[in-house]
Amino acid sequence: MARRSTSGRAGQGTWWAGLPGLAYLVALVLAPLVIIVIFSFLSRAKLGVGVKWEFTVQPYVELFYSESLSGERSFDPTYLQIFFNSVVYSLITALVCLVLSIPIALWIATRPPKWRTLLVFLVTIPFWTSLLIRTYAFVIILNDNGPINGALTGLGILSEPIPMLYTPFATIVGLVYSFLPFMILPIYASAERFDFRLAEAAYDLGATKGRVLMRIVLPAVRPGIIAGLILVFIPALGSFLAPELLGGGKTSMIANVIAAQFGASRNWPFGAALSVMVLVIVMLALVAFAVVARRSSRRGSQQSLESLL
Amino acid sequence: MAATEASALSIRNVSKAFPTPEGGEVKALDDVSLDVADGSFMVLLGPSGCGKTTLLRCIAGLESPDSGEIDLKGTRIDDVPVWKRRVNTVFQSYALFPHMTVTQNVAFGLQMDKLPKGEIAQKVDRSLELVRLTGLGGRRPSQLSGGQQQRVALARALAKEPEVLLLDEPLSALDLKLRRGMQLELKRLQQETHITFVLVTHDQDEAMSMGDRVAVFNEGRIVQVGEPREVYLRPRTRFVADFIGEANIVDVITEGGGAAITGWGAIPGESWAADSPAIGDGRRVAAVRPEDVMLTAGGDGRFPIIDATFIGGDLHAVVQVGDMTLAARQPAADATGLSTGGRCDVAFRAGSLRIVED
Repeated sequence: MARRSTSGRAGQGTWWAGLPGLAYLVALVLAPLVIIVIFSFLSRAKLGVGVKWEFTVQPYVELFYSESLSGERSFDPTYLQIFFNSVVYSLITALVCLVLSIPIALWIATRPPKWRTLLVFLVTIPFWTSLLIRTYAFVIILNDNGPINGALTGLGILSEPIPMLYTPFATIVGLVYSFLPFMILPIYASAERFDFRLAEAAYDLGATKGRVLMRIVLPAVRPGIIAGLILVFIPALGSFLAPELLGGGKTSMIANVIAAQFGASRNWPFGAALSVMVLVIVMLALVAFAVVARRSSRRGSQQSLESLL
Repeated sequence: MAATEASALSIRNVSKAFPTPEGGEVKALDDVSLDVADGSFMVLLGPSGCGKTTLLRCIAGLESPDSGEIDLKGTRIDDVPVWKRRVNTVFQSYALFPHMTVTQNVAFGLQMDKLPKGEIAQKVDRSLELVRLTGLGGRRPSQLSGGQQQRVALARALAKEPEVLLLDEPLSALDLKLRRGMQLELKRLQQETHITFVLVTHDQDEAMSMGDRVAVFNEGRIVQVGEPREVYLRPRTRFVADFIGEANIVDVITEGGGAAITGWGAIPGESWAADSPAIGDGRRVAAVRPEDVMLTAGGDGRFPIIDATFIGGDLHAVVQVGDMTLAARQPAADATGLSTGGRCDVAFRAGSLRIVED
């Protein structure tokens, strides 16, 4: 008992040091969430902004049904379609980022340490300018008179420009661009700890480059891949700028609809209900990632030769 | 090329240089040639940085030589990619795949060869049995002791039945007692499998106890190749004499038609080893083992004893002879009267002095 005061981990006795951070989280993360959930069960204010304090589930009904002027309800998949599109765009974004990031991250991780620091620094350079400005830059790059179409028509590959701007393609290009560093950095962090002598051993045992990558390197950087997928998929799902500026309203994602409800449509409860749905999708996605991650690591550990073959 | 046909491995004039951070170049291998007989146990011995590991990596294909040729069973392999060479390596760090079980580790190389499932299972079982790890196939490397990990690394390489097995300081991470056991184990494995072993070590005892032949490396070159006993008894250079076992290196000058050691006197003819190179003219160096330096006690002895210590049944003594010190070792029974600060006479056992290259 004499050692009670010195046992345990450093900092154990200073629990109160966490209070400011905790207060911050409660006030600025939890409270707005609670407000959104409450608003989603309230009625629409007849005039102006805000909500009428009258309980209803109408906002959630609006997600699935539309009401004609005569008051007749019918199933309307408009919003489900937008949710579906958002999830698909975000998944495509995460996968494209993954495919682009693995070679970049591995390449950086195999440079001499001095170079690695510089290269990681270069990866973070886009953060120096506002995402808004960088997304606008893609309006210039992708438009019908922009450099890509200009080059393709100038070289005679195309007779007339392909419309790229204001398409789902432009939206995904913008999303991939915005979130690529969030995929590169965690994969790099895993790859940097990888013992490249294991790759040598695999070569020595007869593995070609592709097999070394698939069987030895990727399993080792899996934690980075999972972190990267989460870090890209979740913000992509809620992203507003790329679909707004590059998708041109035609390919709205859920965040644009939510923004419209709080803005032009003045339907705060419905905007709140949409937000709650996004929250639910994100939580489901996180659970799915966790299950996949757990299952694949368990398979790796328990796989006997028989099940492997 | 008769020599090449009998060789599992033939290395011809291989050189390899690495750039240094200062912008210069180090010659890791400098015109190295070596033949390894089929089914033999070859040890590459030398201090760290002498190039022995670089040669091993060139054979494995993990480095490519700047010049020279490497033949495996008469076929040139230095331009064959690493994954196609019928050569496997046991790495110093073992390099076991941490996300795979022991069985999966051993099966990995066989899967790369796309063998049928049944054959893989059979070969994995046989390899694990060979290294006495039967029953541990389901464990992860992290659940094994250092010695067991070593055996998995061996089983993984042996499962592929390579023409040549390369071992890069395989025992250096084990404690002394385990190391002794593994030395015998490796020797047994080599004899049972008839696979040609090439083992790299900086430990001369290891080289002496395991190798059929030993190649001694220094500064990127092979300075001597031979059976361990022969290399010990007939060192060709000062480095070999010094590195393998202990040796006194004494300066020898020609004096009046014979040879002499400064501060000691003329060397009697019978002191020379029968096959020692001739001294020729001028100054040369000779090697003599401490156990061949015989001390006799006496108050009127010519040489002061700087240090005399009994270790086990032997006396280890250091004697001042002119400008140099001589190490001597003799059984305690013959060492009466020899103590630190005393004086003694020094003689060399017949046939013990040998001229070596400086």
